[in-house]
Amino acid sequence: MQTFFIVAILALGFLVTFQIAKASEYVAVLRGEEKARKQTNKINAFMLLIFLIVGLIGVFYCNERLKGKILGAPASDHGVHIDTMLYITLALTGIVFFATQIALFWFSYKYQESDNRKAFYYPHNNKLELIWTVIPAITLTVLVGFGIFYWFKITGEAPKNAMVVEVTGSQFKWEFRYPGKDNILGKKYYKEINDAKNNPLGQLWDDPANHDDIYIAGEPMHLVVNKPVKLVIGAKDVIHDVGLAHFRMKMDAVPGTPTTMWFTPTKTSKQMKEETGNPNFVYEISCDQMCGKGHWSMRGEIVVETQEEFDQWMATKKPKYFAAFPEKDPAAQKAAAADTTAAKAATQPVAMAGH
Amino acid sequence: MSEALQIHHGTVSHDVHHDGDHGHHHQSFISKYVFSMDHKTIAKQFLITGIIWAIIGGLFSVLFRLQLGFPGQSFPILETFFGHWAKGGTIQPEFYYALVTMHGTVLVFFVLTAGLSGTFSNFLIPLQVGARDMASPFLNMLSYWFFFLASVIMIASMFLQTGPASGGWTMYPPLSALGQANDGSKLGADFWLIGMALFIVSQLMAGLNYISTILNMRTKGMSMTRMPLTIWALFFTAVLGVLSFPVLLSGAILLLFDRNIGTSFFLSDIVVNGEVLPNEGGSAILYQHLFWFLGHPEVYIILLPAMGMVSEILSINSRKPIFGYMAMLGSLFAICILAFLVWAHHMFVTGLNPFLGSVFVLLTLLIAVPSAIKVFNWLTTLWRGNIRFTPAMLFAIGFVSLFISGGLTGIFLGNSTIDIHLHDTMFVVAHFHIVMGVASMFGMFAGIYHWFPKMFGRYLNNTLAYFHFWTTLVGAYLIFWPMHYEGLAGMPRRYLDKSIWVSFNQFGSLDQMITVVTVIVFAVQLMFVFNFFYSIFKGRKVTSTNPWGATTLEWTTPIRPGHGNWTGEIPEVHRWPYDYGKDGREFIPQTEPIGANESKH
Repeated sequence: MQTFFIVAILALGFLVTFQIAKASEYVAVLRGEEKARKQTNKINAFMLLIFLIVGLIGVFYCNERLKGKILGAPASDHGVHIDTMLYITLALTGIVFFATQIALFWFSYKYQESDNRKAFYYPHNNKLELIWTVIPAITLTVLVGFGIFYWFKITGEAPKNAMVVEVTGSQFKWEFRYPGKDNILGKKYYKEINDAKNNPLGQLWDDPANHDDIYIAGEPMHLVVNKPVKLVIGAKDVIHDVGLAHFRMKMDAVPGTPTTMWFTPTKTSKQMKEETGNPNFVYEISCDQMCGKGHWSMRGEIVVETQEEFDQWMATKKPKYFAAFPEKDPAAQKAAAADTTAAKAATQPVAMAGH
Repeated sequence: MSEALQIHHGTVSHDVHHDGDHGHHHQSFISKYVFSMDHKTIAKQFLITGIIWAIIGGLFSVLFRLQLGFPGQSFPILETFFGHWAKGGTIQPEFYYALVTMHGTVLVFFVLTAGLSGTFSNFLIPLQVGARDMASPFLNMLSYWFFFLASVIMIASMFLQTGPASGGWTMYPPLSALGQANDGSKLGADFWLIGMALFIVSQLMAGLNYISTILNMRTKGMSMTRMPLTIWALFFTAVLGVLSFPVLLSGAILLLFDRNIGTSFFLSDIVVNGEVLPNEGGSAILYQHLFWFLGHPEVYIILLPAMGMVSEILSINSRKPIFGYMAMLGSLFAICILAFLVWAHHMFVTGLNPFLGSVFVLLTLLIAVPSAIKVFNWLTTLWRGNIRFTPAMLFAIGFVSLFISGGLTGIFLGNSTIDIHLHDTMFVVAHFHIVMGVASMFGMFAGIYHWFPKMFGRYLNNTLAYFHFWTTLVGAYLIFWPMHYEGLAGMPRRYLDKSIWVSFNQFGSLDQMITVVTVIVFAVQLMFVFNFFYSIFKGRKVTSTNPWGATTLEWTTPIRPGHGNWTGEIPEVHRWPYDYGKDGREFIPQTEPIGANESKH
């Protein structure tokens, strides 16, 4: 019913506007087209001026209304650079924006048709052209310079002491892997991926580096505050993207082509809750690359905490290796020492063949 | 070649004489309006098909805006029309993604490429360079019918059981390659790829025709530097299309192979829904390179015709020459070259080598220089003019305003450092809708309002036109300006419901406002369409051959030119097209010889 009313109102408005438009055309013809045209010209010129003034007020109003809802303080070291770059660009483009928009609408208003004015025949001026080629070129050089300086800082090699976390995207969830005590992520091969065999990432169990890797899914990724972290990013099915709005970071997750990014979180989750005044604050991982019908809901979480808290959390985790081979679990090892050898012999050739 | 052309000229002009001298030369309805080889009719075919596509594409945006503004709310009428796609009156995710994908595809390719450059290249090139028709009228006709065929296939895909393509208008594999991953990647993606392949064939035939017409068929005296800027813009558009569309074609064909015959160009190491695929060694990123090697020039394929027409319209209605003709030409050329060298700025966060990224930052921001030159020249053209605000002029001024706004946000995104944060957020959506979508649309409207009298011998209704302009300009800014803020907050694109997110759920009322404005603006566009079709038959008649007081050749033809355009000889050109307000004269047509005492410019 509601829809019907909306359609009816639109149709009515349509009809009324059209009738007015038809009538005004007849009136114009009756009153003399030239006279009517000149009057319309004045109205439109005035409207352009009004649009400029209301538009400028609108820009400020919009900013007042929305500036509290965006950004907030960046929560990583790279984020600080990115925000600085953003504000430099905003300042420079802002000047150009106001200057050119004001000129555009002001000239339109000021030089509206008038019987007293003759248009000024002014086909070219090389000096002016030179000025507005060189000035933008210099401005842009500055922006490119700053931009590339920060870009190399952000995309350069991760520091040696960085912790490593692997992130894997698939429709529509995130899985994480920590390298364990050896700080090395074990090798993997996609054909080994098998949830039933407790191998959701396709780890190659004959690589000893895999034996202590910790697999995390269905709960937040944990990071240590002020400790650089390097994310090794991949995907199982389609392209995803690890988007970290608060850290201002983003990197695609591409099946078949691992990517990396690194940053240093500078604020714990607890700190962010206090700073934003939002007790429900969490660092979120958003998928930023269209990945199918659940794209909008592909959400992960990150907890940033102190080293002690992190260690406590990590201590509760067991390597996935022990889930795949329960008999290798130190707790169970003594009891089933004989069986393990047999299992190892059975699985290893398969893994090797797949490689 | 030249001999063939002359023969061609001869026959056509003979026809025209025949027409004029002995009444009706018999042409059936089909050869006159359907399989016509007259460039003017083909232009109208492109325009009307483009308008129909624009209504469809615009309607899609209204539908998905309903979901964005009022997530979860039920609109029972949707279920009536769309059945299980809108179960319970709410738009289902599969439907939502099909809508955004088709909205993008339709608007970018079928409306703003075929509808814009298809219409105005066809219409203006022969008329403004002084030719009786295109170099190959037959190829020209074929180009429209390939476009029509592509349209039929694309429309048909919307009626498939599994829906049309829904992996985004860029169709990135593996998503677009794997039916298991996405319903739209079942049959819909094949339809999309075949439709696009035919579309590209159409564009190539059209582009080659435009280029050869401009290079070979200019009338006597029409040197390259005496061509109006519209023709230069359409020329560069055609060059861009001819050089870049084949690359997309290769991407589309390889993707078809990956989908259907088991190749692995773009696929590697994939496990989808627990199924391990055999493909190894392909690169998903390769497709993105192929896509954006067209995709970025495509932006300029859309924008350049608008720039050309706006230059022309600003000059005519300011009653002043365009400021800095050679600089405008140079900047068009620079944009055309740079358009090929910036594609990877769409891929800064794909894991691209950072050094390569920095090269693309440099080249991308470099393109702002010719863009700035154009803006300053347009502003100076207005300065000390004597401006007539015809509807076309208003849309041209609106174009400049939108081009400034959208161009400046491009400086944010082209800088890889900022792009890390803004990539694939609503900021990008706002940016490219303003600079490429709405701005080009404004250029197209300006062109339609300006050349409608030449196309149909009648005027559009002015009051409706002014209403159309003001609501669309205000609406466009209301829709897209605040959207930048959503992007600054990091809100990703293509999220149909933000309620589960802590970081992005603060814009509920803003999204509602945008949706309401979208509905209103869409309704006003329908009013324009009504005005368009009504005025073809009932509009005020044009009574003079040159209603705008313009200098260019199309206004030397009869009010309703027949096939062949000029009844007698093709006029000779003696001067550039921008002698407005020179030596105290209102305007001097291009056909007027240089006077003895005339001042030089």
